[in-house]
Amino acid sequence: MSFKTTFEQYDWDTLEKEIYAVTTAEVAQILQKEKIGLEDFKALISPAAKPFLEQMAQRSNQLTKKRFGNTMQMYIPMYLSNECQNICTYCGFSMTNKIPRKTLTDAEILKEVSKIKSLGYDHILLVTGEANKTVGVSYIKHAIELIKNNFSNISMEVQPLDQEEYETLVAAGLYAVLVYQETYHEATYKVHHPKGKKSNFQYRLDTPDRLGKAGIHKIGIGALFGLEDWRVDSFYTALHLRYLQKTYWKTKYSISFPRLRPFEGDVAPKVEMTDSDLVQLICAYRLLDEDVELSMSTRESEKFRDHIIHLGITSISAESKTNPGGYSVEPQSLEQFEISDERSTAEIKAMIQSQGYEVVFKDWDKAYS
Amino acid sequence: MADILNIADKIFKSRLFTGTGKFSSAQVMEEAILASESELVTVALKRVDLEDEADDILSHLTSSRINLLPNTSGVRTAKEAVFAAQLSREALNTNWIKLEIHPDPRYLLPDPIETLKAAEELVKLGFVVMPYIHADPVLCKRLEDVGVQCVMPLGAPIGSNKGIKTEDFLKIIIEQSNVPVIVDAGIGAPSHAAYAMELGADAVLVNTAIAVSQNPIAMGHAFKMAVEAGRMAYLAKLAPIKERAEASSPLTSFLNEI
Repeated sequence: MSFKTTFEQYDWDTLEKEIYAVTTAEVAQILQKEKIGLEDFKALISPAAKPFLEQMAQRSNQLTKKRFGNTMQMYIPMYLSNECQNICTYCGFSMTNKIPRKTLTDAEILKEVSKIKSLGYDHILLVTGEANKTVGVSYIKHAIELIKNNFSNISMEVQPLDQEEYETLVAAGLYAVLVYQETYHEATYKVHHPKGKKSNFQYRLDTPDRLGKAGIHKIGIGALFGLEDWRVDSFYTALHLRYLQKTYWKTKYSISFPRLRPFEGDVAPKVEMTDSDLVQLICAYRLLDEDVELSMSTRESEKFRDHIIHLGITSISAESKTNPGGYSVEPQSLEQFEISDERSTAEIKAMIQSQGYEVVFKDWDKAYS
Repeated sequence: MADILNIADKIFKSRLFTGTGKFSSAQVMEEAILASESELVTVALKRVDLEDEADDILSHLTSSRINLLPNTSGVRTAKEAVFAAQLSREALNTNWIKLEIHPDPRYLLPDPIETLKAAEELVKLGFVVMPYIHADPVLCKRLEDVGVQCVMPLGAPIGSNKGIKTEDFLKIIIEQSNVPVIVDAGIGAPSHAAYAMELGADAVLVNTAIAVSQNPIAMGHAFKMAVEAGRMAYLAKLAPIKERAEASSPLTSFLNEI
């Protein structure tokens, strides 16, 4: 069994029609409910919910505080490699982009780690492209073992793997895997991923199932906004979340909200997602689910990030470099995408504290992994 | 005789236990805990850096009145819980452990099977075990049988602030227990805490309701007073609730006339 069965019960076009047909009166009624379900979520992400944005934001703020308290979890990505055998039309690391390719050596990884540790981080996210010969499972496993004494919590965002491979990495100390579907629209997915292992839509769709079966502690899901209608993609993400929660009930889940950012090679987003849309979506997720972690990267602007921490976000990165070696080894090399908020960790920390939140660097222990 | 609470080798004047999560800063946490006059404060092992003597949470819990109660939040099995407890005993120099095994990360509901297994093992290893559990009277007796020093049934799902939703089962637990009963989780207002104490709970544990309040320090103090009031009322024996007035005895008053 996998998410495929659930996924196939829904039709993109029908969902799109339903979401855009929701009325203001229906939204008002749904906001009176104590418990928001998947059907209600459609209304909350619909254009008809726009007049209720402030009301949704207030409720999201309260629910988030009740569950997560006045705290904000900090994390930082570390890019290990930009080698990639996939073509993704929107990505700076795409195989056809003529950029210098780099995979960090042990000594370089440790140099990056020492810089990252000096900034105070204890939760790290390892990122690679998909190049099985150079950055396959054995490279990743080795990297985890190399750094695991330095971090309480290790996550990764790499190519989808088989269940047994995930089991190996979990045993080595991996806590979480982030794997975004990019889009749940199969035809559009194929357009943006014409070549490489990533072109297999179904294998990617079933990745969280393989992770769940491998007993991972946390799975991060999401869609890349800009490829297709964000509302329909987000409904599918919520559907995926609910399915996973019921099936792999010991696993935690997080959602991320990547919007397309400029990069080397550039395609303009097909569908624009405004700041107001993103706020609406974050609040809708929180109303649907009190406990899901909602994560915010440095893709977003300073002003947006300053305000969004009140609206449902529970973890945030700062000072991110999206190039391998970006912290100390090769700070000038080419990035996967341009980050928008370039403030230092200390500045972000001060910004969060000034808004009445405790900045949390450690919320796990390596002894548990 | 003074009304004191005794768990294992410790005597508590305060029947309000508190936690350290969700506060807006370590400073606010410290002040709120001091205002609550709590003497037992639980701290998640995963949140503290056991290797760092200057850890932000621990360095704010140095008052001599405060006893640390490390908890195993985050573990999913008995085996992991036992490992975490041993780690904690070594690093924090206490054999007290709040046993929390909630493999479900959504509602954080305790796993009764793993909890019982871990409790048995930890008691053998010399720990003072305080297990967080459902309000399940049979499980409480089973835990008592393996030697835990108290039981900590929930009033409602943790962090929900919903109050004493498990009342009927808590009453049975309180009636049957030979060890202190501490209502843990779900208490969202001082009135809930007072109510649990009126039912005869030996203590309550409150975290979210204090930490997430607009004024955690005042709320810590409010909970202190509520717990004292509830306890005092319990000891003074509450007057029974009556459905209607009972002015006369229509069926038996003839006895006075014979």
